[in-house]
Amino acid sequence: MSEIINEVRKGFYLDSVALMRMSADISALGGILDAVLMTGTPANKQIMKDAGLLNDTGEAAGANDLVIALRADGTSSANRALAQAQKSLQGKTKNTTSSERRYSTLSSASAAAPEMNLALISTPGAYAAREAQLALDHGMNVMIFSDNVSVEKEAALKRKARDLDLLVMGPDCGTAYINSVPLAFANAVAKGTTSVIAASGTGLQEFAVLLTKLGAGIRHGIGVGGRDMSDEVGAISTMMAIDLLAADELTDQIVLISKPPGEKTAKAVFEKLANCGKPAIACVFGLNEIEEKNIRQASTLLAAAEMASGARLEVSDHNKSAKTLTKGMNAKRKNLKGLYTGGTLCTEAHLVLKDNSVRVSSNAVQSDPSTPHQLIDLGADEYTLGKPHPMLEPAVRTPFLLEELKDPANAVIMLDVVLGYGAHDDPAHEVTQAMQTLHGVSDKPVVIGTVCGTNDDPQNYQQQCEVLKQAGVTLCSCNSEMAKLGAAILAQL
Amino acid sequence: MSASDLLTSGPKVLGVGLNGFVSDLQSQNIPALAVDWRPPATTNPEVLAAADRLSNNSLAEMIDKANEKAIERMLSADPVLVEVQPAGDLIEGLGKHQILHAGPPLAWDAMCGPMRGAVCGAIVLEGWAKTLEAAEQLAASGEIEFSPNHHHGAVGPMTGMTTQSMPLMVVENRTHGNRAYCAINEGLGKVMRFGGNDEAVIEKLHWLESTLGPLLADTLLACDGVGLKNIIARGLSMGDEMHQRNVACTSLLLRELAPTMARVSEPDTAYEVLNFIAGNDQFFLNVAMAMGKAIMDPVRDITGSSVVTAMSRNGTEFGIRVSGCGDEWFTAPVEMPRGLYFPGFSEKDANPDMGDSTIVETVGLGGFAMAASPAVAGFVGAGSASDAANYTNQMAEITCTRNPEWTIPALDFAGVPSGIDVRKVVNSGITPTINTGVAHKEPGIGQVGAGIVNAPLACFEQACRALDKRLSAI
Repeated sequence: MSEIINEVRKGFYLDSVALMRMSADISALGGILDAVLMTGTPANKQIMKDAGLLNDTGEAAGANDLVIALRADGTSSANRALAQAQKSLQGKTKNTTSSERRYSTLSSASAAAPEMNLALISTPGAYAAREAQLALDHGMNVMIFSDNVSVEKEAALKRKARDLDLLVMGPDCGTAYINSVPLAFANAVAKGTTSVIAASGTGLQEFAVLLTKLGAGIRHGIGVGGRDMSDEVGAISTMMAIDLLAADELTDQIVLISKPPGEKTAKAVFEKLANCGKPAIACVFGLNEIEEKNIRQASTLLAAAEMASGARLEVSDHNKSAKTLTKGMNAKRKNLKGLYTGGTLCTEAHLVLKDNSVRVSSNAVQSDPSTPHQLIDLGADEYTLGKPHPMLEPAVRTPFLLEELKDPANAVIMLDVVLGYGAHDDPAHEVTQAMQTLHGVSDKPVVIGTVCGTNDDPQNYQQQCEVLKQAGVTLCSCNSEMAKLGAAILAQL
Repeated sequence: MSASDLLTSGPKVLGVGLNGFVSDLQSQNIPALAVDWRPPATTNPEVLAAADRLSNNSLAEMIDKANEKAIERMLSADPVLVEVQPAGDLIEGLGKHQILHAGPPLAWDAMCGPMRGAVCGAIVLEGWAKTLEAAEQLAASGEIEFSPNHHHGAVGPMTGMTTQSMPLMVVENRTHGNRAYCAINEGLGKVMRFGGNDEAVIEKLHWLESTLGPLLADTLLACDGVGLKNIIARGLSMGDEMHQRNVACTSLLLRELAPTMARVSEPDTAYEVLNFIAGNDQFFLNVAMAMGKAIMDPVRDITGSSVVTAMSRNGTEFGIRVSGCGDEWFTAPVEMPRGLYFPGFSEKDANPDMGDSTIVETVGLGGFAMAASPAVAGFVGAGSASDAANYTNQMAEITCTRNPEWTIPALDFAGVPSGIDVRKVVNSGITPTINTGVAHKEPGIGQVGAGIVNAPLACFEQACRALDKRLSAI
């Protein structure tokens, strides 16, 4: 049995929209079949009458009175609703603060904040080129973090930018430093006078971290994207970056970190770098010799950082460590595996192992598949399709790590842990969780690792190192040193 | 900002995509702003390509210039309510068996319930048929000629019926010399604009024709019209947005009219008319609509301009016109309003969106002026004053400018966003927000609620392609 209840508040005015809003809220209460708050004008009373909500109490209301009319399933629900209605009529007690102004498009944001000089684009790749184009149209330099931008679009954007005297970093530019400010995936490193031109992410991160450890620092780190030095793009951004850094008063020397340039492009890039008027260092992975005499060549990021800083990193004796680590190891264990979250780190390790006569296959570089030793770049497209990048979500590595820890043929497993802005809050945690499966096991592989990070990174660097050590990971001072230790371990078997 | 400026002055970053990168920079006290980015709503690559062509390089410059001209014409308008005349005397060729309706062109077969109900009522009102049944037969027979109000310098709310005997209010744009018309608001309850057509509805229309219309005409003549720009400006500061809420403007207009009306008429008639206006909070809506039409008509047909000159719905389709595309309509199926309903009614009863009243949004009022009217924002969800501000600020992203004469106190007196740019709508995926009344889907029942509705993106996509086609042909 439903019940009609009316209540009248004499001489009460509230805006009709506010009343409709309250009516909707009251109607939604439990046990309330219908509810309305209206002033008692003849027209409104007719509406309430037609809806079957008006009784004699409401009928007696005048045009300046407020009628609360309810149909409820019982007296108790009705009373609850009436109390709620009266409370709503007292007005809001909650203080609503005005929210921050938001902009839905690059254009509107740029118009509102014309001082912005760099657009950092990290949309899905399909939209990135369009946003980059817009940013250039608004006179902004562009850093494209997104990948999956076609090489044709990349070249077109960079040509347009060059005409406008603007810089395009990327696509697929994970890391940059401008005026020592870390952008996207980047560590909190020391300020300095060394500027870098880097193809992509972790190579620049590792170099900048090592430079900081060696007491020097970064002025600019311009990420140009992995394809900039291909013949299709023709190193447009690299060439611009050389000019910019040559003209930058606070830059003392320039370091180039990249894969080998395209055949046609190489000569122009190295010639320009050699004659830029500032000391130049090149760390070009997989390129044996650069003809230009004015460019000092480094085979690893550590070597490049030592050249740039003039300092040496203290390193341990790998053969001695390898001996200790492999003591009593099951003779069936022969293989080396590397599970990388940083692509350039994976490439560097591959080259260091090769230089130490270890044949190793990898998805990061063209390599020989007919070897049991393998390095996997888990950030490569084939592993990130529909999944987050392992630097954002280290749990992506865990199933691979568990598999390798179980494999009775593995002698040594290599891991990188990358800290810094953009990276996961606690990347060591997932590794330590997986390492627990070795707890109390005597027949197990050696796990070695490297942490790319500084004491100023948002994660706690010391704590990350500590938990990894406690979990049984042997930490190396940098990535290339880890690869050397890996090679030394294999040599002991 | 050249590349070397970036290196010397350091990065000031606009983040498009992952917001974490921006908050990382903000935590280091580096200037950084995150765009509230989402993928473009338009999925058709040809539309995106057209929008890109219109937004870049030389074409953009030409369009921007044309739009400046459009905005100049909009903002320089001086709309004055000047007189009231029977529609047949004002609109050339409007005679027997001719009915003007809201929205883009529409045939009887395609009309929704309320539109049909109103048509039948209008036929009876004009005496072209004696009963509603006979009127329906006549309408279906092809004997009645239907045409949009917009094709005749007129606008009408909801069904927007305009026939020869109806008194129309005339707004003159004294800067540009053009005039626009709108019928007189019938009040609340069962009314023809919501498809009502019973005897009471017809009787009220006869009264408007015989009593209110002539007295309003005499009054306006005696006081040399009523300037509307100031009334709107004051109304905005008093909580009106001129679509859902006209209580302040109606009162302000009444204040302008009442003294003169008392002088030019018999006391009883003056009482009757003033009482009617005083009892109808929405009386001013129709005045605002004629004003909107008078402001936007001079903006039509500016070569290259991407400014929207009309938005309108006929209960079946939503249509827009764009300055650079002349009088072409770009239409798409109309959407359902989302809102609050009168007791006893729900979404099930609602008719799709309807009426020429979106002309007020076209000039920057209604949904575009939501921030002026926090009370109306209650229709759209949480209903706080900051939500209302968000609606207005969002509309600023799809418009060319803000009107410096129509300001909103709650936004630190920022002007209402004015001059909808079809390129910006397609590029942002933000479509105009419209405050609207909701009609019952059956003819003759009337208003059942109120709420908001968005203009369909497809209209703006078509307009972008058409403008691109016209400009690449030059």
